[in-house]
Amino acid sequence: MTREAILGAIRRGLKRGPLPADQQAMLGGRLATHPRHLIPARSRLPRPDQVALFIRNVEKEFGTVERVPKAEAVPAAIADYLAAQNLPSRFPMAPHPELTAIPWSSRPLLEIEQRRAEASDQVSLQHGYAGIAETGTLMLPSAPERPTTLNLLAETEMVVLRASRVVGAYEEAWDRLRAESRDERSGGFMPRNIMFVTGPSRSADIEQTLELGAHGPRRLHIILIDDDPAALPMGDATAPPPVAVPGGPAAPGD
Amino acid sequence: MVAITSPAFKENARTALADPGLQKALGTAKGAFLQRRAQAVANLPEFEQLRDIGRNIKNHTLANLDFYLEAYEAKVKAAGGQVHWCSTADDARAAVLEICRKANARTVTKGKSMISEELGINAHLEAHGIRPVETDLGEYILQLRQEHPSHIIAPAFHLNREDWEADFRRLHTDLPPDRVFAERRDILAEARTKLREKFLEADVGITGANFLIAETGSSVIVTNEGNGDLTQTLPRVHIALASIEKVVPTLEDATSLLRLLARSATGQDFSVYTTFSTGARRPADLDGPEEYHVVLIDNGRSNMLGTEFQEMLRCIRCAACMNHCPVYGAVGGHAYGWVYPGPMGSVLTPSLVGIEKTGLLPNASTFCGRCESVCPVKIPLPKMMRHWREREFERHLTPATQRGNLALWAWFARRPGLYRMATRAATTALGLLGRGKGSFRSMPLAGGWTAGRDLPVPEGGTFMARYAKEQRRR
Repeated sequence: MTREAILGAIRRGLKRGPLPADQQAMLGGRLATHPRHLIPARSRLPRPDQVALFIRNVEKEFGTVERVPKAEAVPAAIADYLAAQNLPSRFPMAPHPELTAIPWSSRPLLEIEQRRAEASDQVSLQHGYAGIAETGTLMLPSAPERPTTLNLLAETEMVVLRASRVVGAYEEAWDRLRAESRDERSGGFMPRNIMFVTGPSRSADIEQTLELGAHGPRRLHIILIDDDPAALPMGDATAPPPVAVPGGPAAPGD
Repeated sequence: MVAITSPAFKENARTALADPGLQKALGTAKGAFLQRRAQAVANLPEFEQLRDIGRNIKNHTLANLDFYLEAYEAKVKAAGGQVHWCSTADDARAAVLEICRKANARTVTKGKSMISEELGINAHLEAHGIRPVETDLGEYILQLRQEHPSHIIAPAFHLNREDWEADFRRLHTDLPPDRVFAERRDILAEARTKLREKFLEADVGITGANFLIAETGSSVIVTNEGNGDLTQTLPRVHIALASIEKVVPTLEDATSLLRLLARSATGQDFSVYTTFSTGARRPADLDGPEEYHVVLIDNGRSNMLGTEFQEMLRCIRCAACMNHCPVYGAVGGHAYGWVYPGPMGSVLTPSLVGIEKTGLLPNASTFCGRCESVCPVKIPLPKMMRHWREREFERHLTPATQRGNLALWAWFARRPGLYRMATRAATTALGLLGRGKGSFRSMPLAGGWTAGRDLPVPEGGTFMARYAKEQRRR
């Protein structure tokens, strides 16, 4: 059988037989405890600066962010954004409880359909699971209430994210997923698909020159709900951008 | 497997150097990659430490590769996916074809994958009446032109904007012939429209994999265009092609390597889309493929374990080595004559297809060492090219004149007194002959060398003579 032939060839190359039970147990332990490696200091910041770093990095990668004080402000923010960009007010939305709980009736002109995206959609609204400050990256695990096509098919993707879901490094996002997610099929925590999205789609295949809007969205717009009092911007708006201090305050999950 | 023209490297290189279009494209592209990588590295103070971590993760995995592959397979099965183990390219092509046939596939979309090039998947599917459609922008135009990639992350590295416009006009005949491509983005927009139809009609989507994760049974792809995600999300069946050395133990291990990958490749902090796929669509999901297959390929990798080329299996295919290589920068990727160009190809290609046909590749290096100095997992590429030169010499594959001259040099080198006398005589003679000239345009018996450059006239004594003088002075 091919499988045995390949495993046999690997062991011959490594000049040993199958690993003894104690070594297998050790490696199994490494898989179970999944130790972290060095995490760059850049995202180890006080909460307000961590959220500010997330926003700066999204913008550096050509995404846009609008902060709103509470969920009730989302319909107006979306209606204004769509009007400003001259986009249709009818769009599919992830059927996520946090999104369906938003009082959409305050903006009756928005025609919202709870479903996956189709090729004809110009705009989509996704639910953000987490934001990663380190690189301005959205973490979007698939689920019945978070269909993957909403990340891909429309030219404009909007994502609603709560500020309390912004973490420093990818490792913190993995730990949240491990703690919060259960996959019925595998018995583990991984859903079918997780997309990490950093800005709108692009290509540099023509003369190594960057152009936005390849096969995925041309625009990525994040509506960030300030639900985390500890993450609100501090008083002085003219303060210089924060600098990561190695050995500074540990981020949640460290 | 794709045809190999590596034995003709010298002719290929000569043609490439005389190709004005290629030289223009290389000139445009070269600087951009270097500058962007340097900037990304400068912005991450921990980058050097991460290179050591990346090397260690890969070394640990390779030393326990059988264990991690079995652990990976168990997790894929638990998530409702299937793993197809394939020893050879033939096995892998057959496995892919069988999955496509069972799915009654007529159109197959493809994300960018170098292993697919190595296996020659497209030709095999076409020969059996299935239409593969490349969806990465660069791969798409190469498929239209019936060419192979010249770079492992920027497949159309060798083309200029004019080539794109001309090919799109020639092949998209349903569009108005007098349409205007005012900007690069007009080319991009046309490709987007054309490929959107294909994404929607495809029955099977084939992607590669940058990593496989033993902890979760996931395959990982990174793209900027989103084509890989459309390829693996919309069709009913998703096939991930992956060679055995792609496996890493945990999400944390993959995360550390991802911090290195995009920075080393395109100089981005992170690719736009980094996607983890784990099994098939779950019962209540509204989208995603109903079948998830991993075609797990050896095709020569296991033979590299336990040899002086094992470290090559750490490669994460970032292309930093070729971006920084003066030889690649001068001749481009096609001259190398097989799937993988540049320094990584000069080590990997002989490992996978044999040194007999590929001996010129590890010789096409100045050993400047830039490839190793930028490699995110610290692969000692020059050292391994030297190992290939040694093997080539041991197996008497090098030409007789070269062997003869090397033997002559070795004879002298083992007799230091004679060697110094001979070099002193030659230096003095050349110095006298060329006095006032600065350099020789040609030299008897060295025509091959002086054809491409002048030989400077020696000034002063030999190195050994000057060294001895310095020692005496102290």
